Amino acid sequence: MLDLTGKRAPGDTAFRFVAAAAAGLVLLILALIAITMSARAVPVFQSMGLRFFSETRWSAPEGVFGALPFLWGTLFTAAIAIVLAVPVSLGVALFITEVAPRWLRKPLVYVVDLLAVVPSVVFGLWGVVVLSQFFGLGRSFLTAGVILAIMITPIITSLAREVMETTPASEKEAALALGATRWEMIGAAVLPHSAGGLVGSVMLGLGRALGETIAVALVIGSALGRITLDPMAAGYSMPAVIANEWGEAAGLHKSALIALAVTLFLITIVVNLIASAVVQRSMRKSRGL
Amino acid sequence: MSRRLIVSTIAVASLAFAACQQQARQQTLNGSGATFQKPYQEAAIERFTALHRNITINYSGGGSGKGRQDLADMVVDFAGSDSPFKEADLAGNKGGEVLYFPILLGPVAVCFNLEGVASLQLSAGTIARIFQRDVTLWNDPAIAADNPDLTLPAAGIVVVHRSDGSGTTDNFTKFLVSAAPEVWRLQSGSTVEWPAETQAGAGNSGIAQIVRATAGAVGYVDLSDAKASGLPYARVKNQAGNYVEPTVSSASAAGDGIEVNDDLTFSAVNAGGPGSYPITGQSWVIVYANQADQAKAAAIQAYVRFLVGDGQELLPELDFAPLPPGLQAKALAQVDRIRTS
Repeated sequence: MLDLTGKRAPGDTAFRFVAAAAAGLVLLILALIAITMSARAVPVFQSMGLRFFSETRWSAPEGVFGALPFLWGTLFTAAIAIVLAVPVSLGVALFITEVAPRWLRKPLVYVVDLLAVVPSVVFGLWGVVVLSQFFGLGRSFLTAGVILAIMITPIITSLAREVMETTPASEKEAALALGATRWEMIGAAVLPHSAGGLVGSVMLGLGRALGETIAVALVIGSALGRITLDPMAAGYSMPAVIANEWGEAAGLHKSALIALAVTLFLITIVVNLIASAVVQRSMRKSRGL
Repeated sequence: MSRRLIVSTIAVASLAFAACQQQARQQTLNGSGATFQKPYQEAAIERFTALHRNITINYSGGGSGKGRQDLADMVVDFAGSDSPFKEADLAGNKGGEVLYFPILLGPVAVCFNLEGVASLQLSAGTIARIFQRDVTLWNDPAIAADNPDLTLPAAGIVVVHRSDGSGTTDNFTKFLVSAAPEVWRLQSGSTVEWPAETQAGAGNSGIAQIVRATAGAVGYVDLSDAKASGLPYARVKNQAGNYVEPTVSSASAAGDGIEVNDDLTFSAVNAGGPGSYPITGQSWVIVYANQADQAKAAAIQAYVRFLVGDGQELLPELDFAPLPPGLQAKALAQVDRIRTS
């Protein structure tokens, strides 16, 4: 058999070693985070048991810690964000790939990507000043949801755009040749082809929305014990309560905040794993592999 | 050419050497913790380092809890804290025995935003009822009873509290636990279980900002932020039954009425005495008694001595009250217990 790699040069060996070490280090760090965090979360589970996930009260002085309202706030605001951001993101992605004139595409992509690098605290302050005060949304689930929607739009848009661009020209041309309008072509060729990738991009956006801290802490209202479908109500989310209460927390209170972090960690890992699996599969499919 | 190179190399080297020597004599003290005492730390550092040019001091906030944790882990030389270590946490202190140095007393004001009302009197029971939402209208009989001469509007009350964990919340709720035990149910702590239909602001200024923007709002902030916001604040009924305005002198009066433990820990809330303001908090600087380094121990001694001694004259301008003389003498005497083992 023909061996094209030839003899191993020392440089190759060193490179292999460094690359492998770097890859291993990432996994090691992830594992260490999970282990140390879980260990420090143990006291609150010894005290609260699984009631930690079902209890609705959160009183540090009494030592009663329930994650349910924070869990609700996190999921509810993320859901609002997804509902608002997905149509806009898909619309922008479709506009860029199918509708916009060629000269406009590059600048549009650039502007959307620019949104992704705005620091979240800037979004948060903008939310406080503009959304809650000027537009009178107050500090509420909705305000947090709108901010999150703006923050995840560039992520979903750029992924969706890349997925849509993989649609083979032959399929699009076939649809058009059969007399389809541009809209019908999108419905018949682009969307079915990229469905899996689109789901994945939405889930990556969801992962970001679940973990966002500062912007949400500034606008969600920090109201304890709220489990409601009213978007105008003030509430609380897991990352926000950790950021707010960590500085002065001690003992069991600290352990409870770490337990919230572990819970959030698990949720975002699961969401991201599902997302990347879905994206991978659709990418493979779209390349016809 | 090469000669010039050698000469300049020697010059650079000797400069670097001099800089290193300078560095050796230079002491840096790092502290972190309570934001309550931060204005005093900043003013004190400016004055102190002008007198001691070889000492650099950094004080970063982060909250009392962070300060105590940083000291426990020995990543700072001193902690600022509004409350002592919890008994259970003392075992986690890597540097052994800690010393508490009280440095100031500060009133927490109850400020409000009520159309047509510029002055208000509140008892502890009424404040407790307002902040746990038993009382939701400004013309409630409980508030009227504290203000017999006032016509109060039938406006709704908006309660504003801290969103972040805070020593100010701790002192405010400790006051309610101590002065209205039969009414107050939420206990005390850096954060308590506030009713959901209340508003939350980040930091003293966050509360002040929401109170100012919201008709019918009431919140608790330290005196300097209350003054800066321009909001009116309530006179609060003390143990002796007098309604007292939060001022530097009424906080000082509270200092005269406190009982101090042997380790110089105490709680200044709900102090006795006719003129004392009852929601008065305190702040400590906490250091390890045993220091590893002689020069550092000397620097810490000098700075702590300044904080509890000469620096006290800076306090009134910052809306804090100096230590009462008896307590100050004890704190000064304790400075000598900072030593190298």
